[in-house]
Amino acid sequence: MSLPAFHEFGYWWHRYRRTWRGTAVISIANPLLFVTALGFGLGRLVDERNSAYLHGGSYLAFIGPGLLAASAMQMGFIHGSGPVFQSARTGGNFRAAVTTPMEPSDIFTGHLLFTAFRATLDSAAILLVLLIFRAASPGALAGAVLTALAFATPISAYAVTADRPAKLSAVFRFVIMPLYMFSGTFFPAEQLPDPLRTLVWLSPLWHGTELCRGSGPILVHVLVLLALIVAGYLAGRRAYTGRLTA
Amino acid sequence: MDESTALVSARGLTKVYEGPPEHVAVGGIDFDVLRGEAFGFLGPNGAGKSTTMRMIGCVSPRSGGDLTILGHDAARERRAIKARLGSVPQDDTLDTELTVEENILIYGRYFGLPRAVIRERTDRLLEFARLTEKRTARVQDLSGGMRRRLTIARSLVNEPDLLLLDEPTTGLDPQARHLLWERLFRLKQDGVTLILTTHYMDEAEQLCDRIAVMDGGRIVAHGSPRELIERYVTREVLELRFPLDQHEQAAEKAHGIGERIEILPDRLLCYTGDGESALEETRRRGLDPITALVRRAGLEDVFLTLTGRTLVE
Ligand SMILES: Nc1ncnc2c1ncn2[C@@H]1O[C@H](COP(=O)(O)OP(=O)(O)O)[C@@H](O)[C@H]1O
Ligand SMILES: [Mg+2]
Repeated sequence: MSLPAFHEFGYWWHRYRRTWRGTAVISIANPLLFVTALGFGLGRLVDERNSAYLHGGSYLAFIGPGLLAASAMQMGFIHGSGPVFQSARTGGNFRAAVTTPMEPSDIFTGHLLFTAFRATLDSAAILLVLLIFRAASPGALAGAVLTALAFATPISAYAVTADRPAKLSAVFRFVIMPLYMFSGTFFPAEQLPDPLRTLVWLSPLWHGTELCRGSGPILVHVLVLLALIVAGYLAGRRAYTGRLTA
Repeated sequence: MDESTALVSARGLTKVYEGPPEHVAVGGIDFDVLRGEAFGFLGPNGAGKSTTMRMIGCVSPRSGGDLTILGHDAARERRAIKARLGSVPQDDTLDTELTVEENILIYGRYFGLPRAVIRERTDRLLEFARLTEKRTARVQDLSGGMRRRLTIARSLVNEPDLLLLDEPTTGLDPQARHLLWERLFRLKQDGVTLILTTHYMDEAEQLCDRIAVMDGGRIVAHGSPRELIERYVTREVLELRFPLDQHEQAAEKAHGIGERIEILPDRLLCYTGDGESALEETRRRGLDPITALVRRAGLEDVFLTLTGRTLVE
């Protein structure tokens, strides 16, 4: 890892120090509200029927890792979209950074490092609460961070070239939201009707969710997410260079 | 010109934006910038000044030609070059949510400077930019002139050998401009090599030792302000204004006065060695201008002569 990337990390860290209280609410409190409402509220209804789909586990233990993965995806989107778009446009931080010895790839790498750092920190906070209720296992942290990066890298690559914010909201509406609904977060994917049940394999979030639950072929899930990260990283380096040094 | 003393040397420097549509923004230009001088690119909007500056600043790859900066090839040793450059882009790139001193700190860190060094330099830089009182103010609360001065102060944090200023005073009120000129003049006296762009001829005249006049992606003339004026225009200019309905008639009648006459939409410019005699001749021909003004010729006149257009439309 090149040293200049850490200078970009330093910039985001500097900004984070002033705003961390506000951001903690979005990335930690929100998922925990969901866990409480769904896990304890809805969970009571579900557990009474003792659904075979849950393989004997509680609904809380099912939805806990699911929400952890889903919020990791959201973190990937939040860090990879708005801040990248803002910083790349005229007058943004990236425009200042490229006039120094920093190269576009350093800027990209540094911001990803910060995204990984935030995803680790915020996921760990959520996971800590889940652990107290025995609703997840510690290994889920790795799954969450991988999920966040699998979304952050391709989304950054896209956001750095976007010419208006509407394109980013479109990503949220047409990619993030559907994945959120149909990747086995709230209910097991086996419950989906047939064509969708097969399609779920294409969802990176589903692989992240399964990874956080520690179920299915772990290695395959890891490889799928890694492939996305590598592809997103390579595309992002090109996109950053193309946009910041035209 | 001796290559060893040129901080920047360009030969056939070209920039084509791929588009679509493909667009030749800089069409093969040659220039040398010498150590310690203030070199200006003067030209109207779209002339290719910013594109040239971004190529010198290593934030835009050239499409053709040679570009050597501080002894390095601009395409291959960007980091080494950028480490020794100061850069003031046309649009401010300050972080408006951070404070004045935080902006300098972040920027200094990008150069890999230790925090202690940056802090010590910040004192001097803020004093130089007359922003000492604003040290902990957020950039969003600064005026345009202050932001520009902060951008310049920030660009000096690495103590650059060469400072690039793309339209340093565009959009500022006269007072803010004069303060900036005075600061830039001091930098120049301290031995910092400056390259600046402007479409204000007074700025070019005040600050630049040598000027390249750009138009349509080409350098149409270069030299010191005095050389350019001597080479391309007469010593004096007689400016005549007539009621708009008599404008064309007057232009016809004035034909032949002085060495050359330029007809602008709102006035006639009569180029001559002796403005007073030209004015007398005008009166003898029975012309009665609303206003008549004799002034020394400037770079605006050079540009008009070379391109047939005014610098600021
Ligand atoms: N990123 C870009 N992509 C395509 N065309 C550009 C780009 N930047 C500038 N141009 C075009 O190149 C020409 C020169 O622009 P510029 O260098 O900004 O001129 P100046 O700074 O003298 O106003 C203009 O016609 C402008 O529209
Ligand atoms: Mg420009």
